[in-house]
Amino acid sequence: MTLARENLRDATPVAADRAARFAAEGLGKAFSGVPVLADVSFTLRAGEVLALLGENGAGKSTLSALIAGLLRPDGGTMRWEGRPYAPASPGEAMAAGIGLIHQEMRLLPDLSIAENVFAGRLPMRGGRVDRALMNQRARAQLQRLGLDVAPTQLVRRLRVAAQQQVEIAKALTQNARLLILDEPTAALGGAESERLFAQIEQLRGEGVSFLYISHRLEEIARIADRVIVLRDGALVARHDTARVPVSTLLRDMVGRSIERIFPPLAPPAAREVLRVEALCAARGAFRDIGFAVHAGEVLGIAGIVGAGRSELVRAIYGADRIASGRLLLEGKPQHIAGPRDAIRAGIVLVPEDRKGQGVLLDQSLARNLTLGNLDRLAPDGWLRPARLRRFAAALIARLGVKGRPEQAARALSGGNQQKMVIARWLARAPKLFILDEPTRGIDVGARAAIYHLIADLAGAGMAVIIVSSELEEVLGLSHRILVLSRGRQMGILDRAEADSVAVMRLATG
Amino acid sequence: MSATAPAGPAQGFLRRRIAGAQGPLVGLIVLCVAFSLASPVFLSLRNALNVIDQITVLGILAIGMTGVIVIGGIDLSVGAILALATMTMGWMSRDFALPFPLCIALALLAGAAAGLVNGLLVTRARLPAFIATLTMMSVARGLANLTTDGEQVVGFPDWFTRLSTVRHFGVLSITVTLFIALALAATVFLNFRAGGRSLYAIGGSAEVARLAGIAVRRLTLLVYVMSGLLAAVAGIALAARLDSAQPSDGLGYELDTIAAVVIGGASLAGGVGGIGGTVVGVLIIGVLHNGLNLVGVSPFVQQVVIGLVIAAAVTADTLRRQEG
Repeated sequence: MTLARENLRDATPVAADRAARFAAEGLGKAFSGVPVLADVSFTLRAGEVLALLGENGAGKSTLSALIAGLLRPDGGTMRWEGRPYAPASPGEAMAAGIGLIHQEMRLLPDLSIAENVFAGRLPMRGGRVDRALMNQRARAQLQRLGLDVAPTQLVRRLRVAAQQQVEIAKALTQNARLLILDEPTAALGGAESERLFAQIEQLRGEGVSFLYISHRLEEIARIADRVIVLRDGALVARHDTARVPVSTLLRDMVGRSIERIFPPLAPPAAREVLRVEALCAARGAFRDIGFAVHAGEVLGIAGIVGAGRSELVRAIYGADRIASGRLLLEGKPQHIAGPRDAIRAGIVLVPEDRKGQGVLLDQSLARNLTLGNLDRLAPDGWLRPARLRRFAAALIARLGVKGRPEQAARALSGGNQQKMVIARWLARAPKLFILDEPTRGIDVGARAAIYHLIADLAGAGMAVIIVSSELEEVLGLSHRILVLSRGRQMGILDRAEADSVAVMRLATG
Repeated sequence: MSATAPAGPAQGFLRRRIAGAQGPLVGLIVLCVAFSLASPVFLSLRNALNVIDQITVLGILAIGMTGVIVIGGIDLSVGAILALATMTMGWMSRDFALPFPLCIALALLAGAAAGLVNGLLVTRARLPAFIATLTMMSVARGLANLTTDGEQVVGFPDWFTRLSTVRHFGVLSITVTLFIALALAATVFLNFRAGGRSLYAIGGSAEVARLAGIAVRRLTLLVYVMSGLLAAVAGIALAARLDSAQPSDGLGYELDTIAAVVIGGASLAGGVGGIGGTVVGVLIIGVLHNGLNLVGVSPFVQQVVIGLVIAAAVTADTLRRQEG
């Protein structure tokens, strides 16, 4: 767990690479003063596949956004085909020959494949769109990728994999010579991934370069020539071959960075609070999940983006439907049809998206805090304003939320908003407390306060489940860790045997 | 307001209610002063009672609409439901000779049923409120015409028309009293009942409210049923005043109603609004029509003025919120 921070930047300095087609030198980017990318330098040659690795939030997406012209760097320079390169927009980047294929497709679903491929630059003849030419050129491009679909087909009807191919075809018709693929296989099945790899092989033979972003380490050795690793916005490792042991890559990705102090956890009680048996999601986000959580225990749920972590806890809370499986609370089977049932049974959730799911931004703290407690505060349905005020003021004081009861929630910092969402449920003394991404978007100082709150919940005898994209957080705060990958339960690790490498190995399996 | 000394809880509540409607209230006072100066007739009890008589129908509709707009919805069908309800009442009375109280009950039932369909379309079929109630606007208007094949029904029992024409104690007719009672009841519901308070949470964010355990579907359904029911009440009040029922009753009222609620400070985005503001908004529209009539401004110019007032009210409100 305690890995010294390697600083490979000095060990292998960027040589003046004359063969480089693309070079980044000292790229940096900060959002509202918080650096998310610092001093990143690397090169990429013609026909080369460079893998870009890193944990969630390491800065991969920011880096690709800088290269593709979606963001502008605060510091550093880029060179492209021998000339300085500073795209002001994605359009400029595309015109220069650099295309970004997003994780989520950004196609127009109700237009045809050909119309999407040529969106914004439809071939014209005599003031009208030359459909014959457009379809013919789109078909040629699709065939180059080995796709046998009609260019007139609506994109809405295509599978995700095919939509991705349309994105690639679109970039290729614009003569892209560098393609940035952001998690291209995240939504693909095995055969579809194979086809993508074959296409990458073919295109690199034609001189196209790739920046390949992925979590799936086994893919890297197959298709990449070289590997760079980002961690906390810094380039921490550079491997000139893709034949690097997976364990080395994992250590590069997760190596302990910012020193964090997690509160000590008391051992859990033997009493079982929640038991989940063979739980399957209605929409296939996860299947066959089974575990138990005990009183005073913190169970962490780890996994990469898209593994089904949030979907699992939302299903336990009744926010999403389940197809099959059982939930037992203190040994009794529960039928939970919605969050209302869950709350009554003693299950509460601090949701993943604070602003969209947790907080009424334009309403007062008092209203936010009494939300979800009106059944207790007004058992006969009649609100007593003085009682509501006292209730809110007491919670604000108890958790040290920096704000007044009548203040709008929007005015609070992320950390204080999050405390407020946690506080909302405290008064109910729930049996099971679920927190999904409890520290997302919260600055480091406020995190410690949230960590202590979580430890206190367990200390008070509640069963706690936390979901976090930050591995360190899951490791530091949990008694046991359940690891998900592509909706499957890969295993449950005890605190003693869990380290970041072990968890990542399961999560990327 | 800021000069007032801090008040106790009860006064504090009143103060906040008034403060909430402050902007529109100032506008209403300015209008009243201006019309008092422009017309010698405006500032008289008789004229004030006229204004109140005239706004009763709009006011009852606006109470229901306030609930709908607070949850972030919209109800375009209230004018048509009003017509369906009055025509149900007139048709049952004329063609089936049912006892008149029963006809009133059936009218209320028709309004509530139409509201229920709106609510089900929104919560179950997941139609946008705009589309669901647009549909109902067309259907209810069509049904209103179907009842009597487009004919109007004239002549109701005397006791019924007296509901709106006789001013008890020289001041309040039954229909006006009903409007005031409904407004008070709605104020109490929105401010002092858990269900009413929850409507603001739904309007703030339906997903936040759902995840906090609020029965979003049930309350949404209730709000649309109430809007339909109140549209029926408004239709009955209108029939009492006109001593007739026509399929074209309430044509375009939905937009006047939405205008009144918005002038009163509610946000179409949901989560903001209240009966106090809405009543002020209704009064502004009533006073404008009445005052402009007295001054001799043509109805066509009045339409232009009302439009400008809506724009001014919402602009002022937006600016005030940005400052606050």
